[in-house]
Amino acid sequence: MSSLGKKYIMALSGLVLVGFATGHMVGNLQMFLHPDWINEYAYKLQHLPYGLLWVVRLVMLTCVVAHILTAVMLVLENYKARPDKYVAKASLQGSFASRTMKYSGVILLLFIVFHIMHFTIQNIHPEFLHLETQLEGVGTMHHVYDKLSAMGKTSVHDVYSMVAIGFSARFWWAPVFYIISMVVLCFHLMHGISSMFQSLGLRNDLWRKRLDLIALVVAVIVFIGFTSIPVACLTGIIEPLQGLAVAH
Amino acid sequence: MNLDAKIPEGPVQEKWTNAKFNYKLVNPANKRKYSVIVVGSGLAGAGAAATLGELGYNVKCFCYQDSPRRAHSIAAQGGINAAKNYQNDGDSIYRLFYDTVKGGDFRSREANVYRLAEVSNDIIDQCVAQGVPFAREYGGMLANRSFGGAQVSRTFYARGQTGQQLLLGAYHSLSRQIGLGQVKMYNRHEMLDVVLIDGVAKGIITRNMVNGKIDRWAADAVVLCTGGYSTVFFLSTNAAGCNVTAAWRAHRRGAGFANPCYTQIHPTCIPQEGEHQSKLTLMSESLRNDGRVWVPKERETAAKIRTGEMLPSEVAEEDRDYYLERKYPSFGNLAPRDISSRAAKEACDDGRGVATSGFGVFLDFADAINRLGRDVIAERYGNLFDMYENIMDVNAYEQPMQIYPAPHYTMGGLWVDYNLQTNIAGLFAMGECNFSDHGANRLGASALMQGLADGYFVAPYVIGNYLASEIPVGKAGKIDINDPAFAEAEQVVKDKIEKMLSIKGNTSPRSIHIELGKIMLDKCGMARNEAGLKEAIEEIRKLRDKFWSDLKLPGSSDELNIELERAGRVADHLEFAELMCYDALDRDESCGGHFREESQTDEGEALRNDDKFSNVSVWEFKGVGETPVKHVESLKFEYVKPGVRSYK
Amino acid sequence: MSEKNISVTIKVWRQKNSESAGAFETIKIESVSTASSFLEMLDLLNEQLIDADKDPIAFDHDCREGICGMCSLVINGIPHGKNNLQTTCQLHMRSFSDGDTITIEPYRSKPFPVVRDLIVDRTAMDAIMQAGGFVDQRIGAAQDANALPISKTIADKAMDAAACIGCGACVAVCPNASAMLFTSAKTSQLNMLPQGKPEKDRRALRMVRTMDAQGFGNCTNIGECEAACPMGVSLDFIAMMNRDYAIASVKECLGMVK
Ligand SMILES: Cc1cc2nc3c(=O)[nH]c(=O)nc-3n(C[C@H](O)[C@H](O)[C@H](O)COP(=O)(O)OP(=O)(O)OC[C@H]3O[C@@H](n4cnc5c(N)ncnc54)[C@H](O)[C@@H]3O)c2cc1C
Ligand code: HEM
Ligand code: HEM
Ligand code: SF4
Ligand code: F3S
Ligand code: FES
Repeated sequence: MSSLGKKYIMALSGLVLVGFATGHMVGNLQMFLHPDWINEYAYKLQHLPYGLLWVVRLVMLTCVVAHILTAVMLVLENYKARPDKYVAKASLQGSFASRTMKYSGVILLLFIVFHIMHFTIQNIHPEFLHLETQLEGVGTMHHVYDKLSAMGKTSVHDVYSMVAIGFSARFWWAPVFYIISMVVLCFHLMHGISSMFQSLGLRNDLWRKRLDLIALVVAVIVFIGFTSIPVACLTGIIEPLQGLAVAH
Repeated sequence: MNLDAKIPEGPVQEKWTNAKFNYKLVNPANKRKYSVIVVGSGLAGAGAAATLGELGYNVKCFCYQDSPRRAHSIAAQGGINAAKNYQNDGDSIYRLFYDTVKGGDFRSREANVYRLAEVSNDIIDQCVAQGVPFAREYGGMLANRSFGGAQVSRTFYARGQTGQQLLLGAYHSLSRQIGLGQVKMYNRHEMLDVVLIDGVAKGIITRNMVNGKIDRWAADAVVLCTGGYSTVFFLSTNAAGCNVTAAWRAHRRGAGFANPCYTQIHPTCIPQEGEHQSKLTLMSESLRNDGRVWVPKERETAAKIRTGEMLPSEVAEEDRDYYLERKYPSFGNLAPRDISSRAAKEACDDGRGVATSGFGVFLDFADAINRLGRDVIAERYGNLFDMYENIMDVNAYEQPMQIYPAPHYTMGGLWVDYNLQTNIAGLFAMGECNFSDHGANRLGASALMQGLADGYFVAPYVIGNYLASEIPVGKAGKIDINDPAFAEAEQVVKDKIEKMLSIKGNTSPRSIHIELGKIMLDKCGMARNEAGLKEAIEEIRKLRDKFWSDLKLPGSSDELNIELERAGRVADHLEFAELMCYDALDRDESCGGHFREESQTDEGEALRNDDKFSNVSVWEFKGVGETPVKHVESLKFEYVKPGVRSYK
Repeated sequence: MSEKNISVTIKVWRQKNSESAGAFETIKIESVSTASSFLEMLDLLNEQLIDADKDPIAFDHDCREGICGMCSLVINGIPHGKNNLQTTCQLHMRSFSDGDTITIEPYRSKPFPVVRDLIVDRTAMDAIMQAGGFVDQRIGAAQDANALPISKTIADKAMDAAACIGCGACVAVCPNASAMLFTSAKTSQLNMLPQGKPEKDRRALRMVRTMDAQGFGNCTNIGECEAACPMGVSLDFIAMMNRDYAIASVKECLGMVK
């Protein structure tokens, strides 16, 4: 594949990933509302019609895989293109973020794997699977509550507590790893979000400056949005509805 | 020596048309059977190679740089002339022809100059079609600027990089032909001799500068486009690698060398700063459109400025001598190069020079900045001001520039007839390395014009004509590189190299080159006289003996050896310099760039001697150290009647 | 213009030829005028070496005024040295101070093999040009220059790209040894101008593929090239080429480009 072909794949897959991450971040902020919000939201996602969930997962998976494979190709080829390194090191205008994309990428990969085991497959704390709670019907998605109560069953998976416990001081290493990963993500996006426009040829002198700024702002917002949650849980601002042990 | 110029019949306006009609053509199917060697990839070389390749000939092109795109044409800043009359200011082919003959001080061949003016318009069309990004007006039309020696605005330009853009245009076309396999390009190959079989040019010998390999190359015609020899002065505006080797080797093989003493000293260069210096940088002549040239009226003031006691800007208006405006009211600061240069020398010899060395005059933009504003000036010359500040560490927006004349261009070169063929059959010379179009002085923006005219528009006709009329298709491309002539030439080259390496003395080639430069600049530079030239010849001979007895060269011949390359070029300069002085000595008149102190008017203007010297001096080589023999081609002026070349 | 003499220590790469292995050599050089250029300092140094029966340092140079693109050198880790918008031959010793140690390395990248000492082979860039860096037009058969008006904006932008001197510093400085800035400058100049439009797609496809084939790295938009470029060629042209190539590839899939 031509060098530019690879750039397009990086950019397009990156674009999807950015889209997901921001959306996901917004969704996660419901943690700061009544537990019903995130729980109903999670239930909704889990019960999307026509297996939409799997469609989304498939798209995501393809993007991540494409993104990674291309990244690996880029890195290997670029290594070959400069067999002998310079002794005197110097850098001009290239940003730190732009030079470290491959490293930040690898950390992000580890994070995503861990994260999915953590909250999706939940095999890090298998007990999470049994966290159930009664909806009180104060969330946004009333239809979820109505539907369930109509069926006479208003208990759902307690994602709220899962996250709260997962990030609690008791398992401090998890939130710490999250926070570190979020810093890394922030850098990855700081370059990535502007860079993808360059790769797609949608940037010029004027817009480069603007996009670099936009990238910075988005990256920081995503960072704050995501980290706020583990921080809140660590500091006890968010407390689980129930303890792990009492899982019935 | 046969010096028939082969000027076509008819009035000057019809000569080229008639010639083109009478030239023989090679039929398309046969072109690929003929092979042509082009030495040089500048405007002339790249132009010729690309054009001939496109026509279907088998072309081999050589250059000493690592890429054809780096030929010194790249350095041309100012622009290229054409008689388009887009400005509607009264320009015409005839006027360009007239200006060029007059500018050349009536020492060029009318027929050639007219052809040059005639194709000048096609050149601009051609370059635009290639995608050369010439400067444009908001209306989308091409912009022009005016240049020294002309009263019309006929110069086309691309920022301060005209030569670069024109050369890249030619390089693009050349690259296309290389890609198609029509032209084979040999970078880092230095031509060291021409091969003649029965007196006809049939090939060249080169040294592969990477591994030292000596190669033989055969072809049905050899075209030299190897540029000028200003580096004989060591310090010049030319590239470090520019040399006389190719032309000189051809001369040694019998090609006549015409008017070697016609060298152009460019008025607007950055003065020399010290011994360490390896090159003089040109400040485009276009600066003279807005800059005013002056020196202090009083020697004392000049002295103060040299020592730094006084800033130029502190010199009161009435204490300044704007000598060009004073002496040449109608052309003022745009007076032609030879005249401006000499005026600067006079002022400095009079003790009123500035710059640390005392060899510098001011080029002042204060008025222009007041009149047009700093932005306009920056827009026009920004890159030149930066270049100046980088070299001199002075901001020319605040203090005037210091400039001084420097060796720049060589009008002399291999003698060629109207068909750009030397007196050796099959050996052609194009671009700066021939003597053809500029007489005793070249007007600004006309060398680029000549290089491209020769390469794009003359080469295809004259080479085709030569091949069609001299080499039967049956014999085309059938030259044996095992012919004794090749062996002999190769031996000459190898012997020279081995000899240089075997001396193992104590003097580096560079230091000898510097010495030679001093002699030439001092005694065969802007002003020359009999005594000085005679001394010069002696000194050159001594220096040459020193070279051959005390040269020190590191390394061997079978590797990349920068000093060996340099030494080879210096060796040829040492032989050529002598010829240059002979020519300057012989021509005891002043004309254009050649100023003999014995021959000047009461006001110190150049004084021509048309009865004796309305001709071209063509020299024949008789052996190193032997007095060369002079032949003449007399010049007839049927259209532009020689007059006193007045710019007053 | 206040010039003085300084002495510096040069740590320079020496390598006999492309086969042999190279190594650094450290040489001290006394009393260099700050008014002299970097290459003039090397000239002086070479004279010293010759005096001492050593091989002079081989380096590329020609015009010595910043336009031919022949000089190279990576000086203290930066191609053409630390000053912006300058070539090595324009760098002056006044940019250094007494006692400095200056590391000089050749351009490092797979397509630019070292020929000797500091000289590298840059013909890979010519190869890219031969693939499409031209307007396919018959020499000598052109319409009147003004028959084709070109807006000043386009002409100027094309000139910005055309200013490239083909020095290869962009490749040398790029952490990925990518030739994108050079290649894009050439494609963009010609693709922007009406003269080059007919071959726009073909040019983009062929030049980019040749660039890859030569073994240059992939661009990841780091932007060092723009900063090191002595002619200030802009990253815009890389974006422009990315766009041109994308469109061309799509057209190619649809069989719209030959
Ligand atoms: C600084 C400067 C500014 C100028 N500005 C202008 C201007 O504004 N307008 C204008 O009209 N003219 C200008 N000129 C003059 C003009 O640029 C030149 O006269 C013209 O470009 C010469 O072109 P050329 O093709 O004859 O030679 P060049 O461009 O010098 O090419 C010579 C070629 O021959 C090759 N060569 C030489 N010797 C050998 C050898 N022994 N073996 C193999 N190859 C060899 C070189 O590699 C090179 O490729 C300027 C000149 C200089 C130096
Ligand atoms: C999963 C592991 C990941 C790896 C190994 C990885 C690796 C890389 C690498 C090496 C680059 C630089 C290539 C280039 O700029 O052309 C890159 C660019 C990018 N990455 Fe990632 N990344 C990963 C995850 C992510 C995630 C999770 C996101 C978004 C949330 C993301 C968004 C981007 C974007 C937008 C770019 C810029 C694309 C471009 O420059 O055209 N990446 N990635
Ligand atoms: C602190 C921040 C984060 C929190 C609290 C969080 C929370 C969650 C939760 C609760 C789930 C499970 C949803 C469900 O199955 O019901 C989930 C899934 C997921 N998260 Fe996160 N997440 C965070 C950060 C991230 C980041 C930074 C990324 C990647 C850029 C990410 C990518 C994913 C992915 C890919 C899934 C799987 C979606 C699926 O297929 O089910 N998350 N996250
Ligand atoms: S883009 Fe700049 S750095 Fe790259 S080759 Fe051209 S001039 Fe040199
Ligand atoms: S530095 Fe290299 S990564 Fe791209 S932007 Fe320039 S080529
Ligand atoms: S030597 Fe020509 S650009 Fe440096």
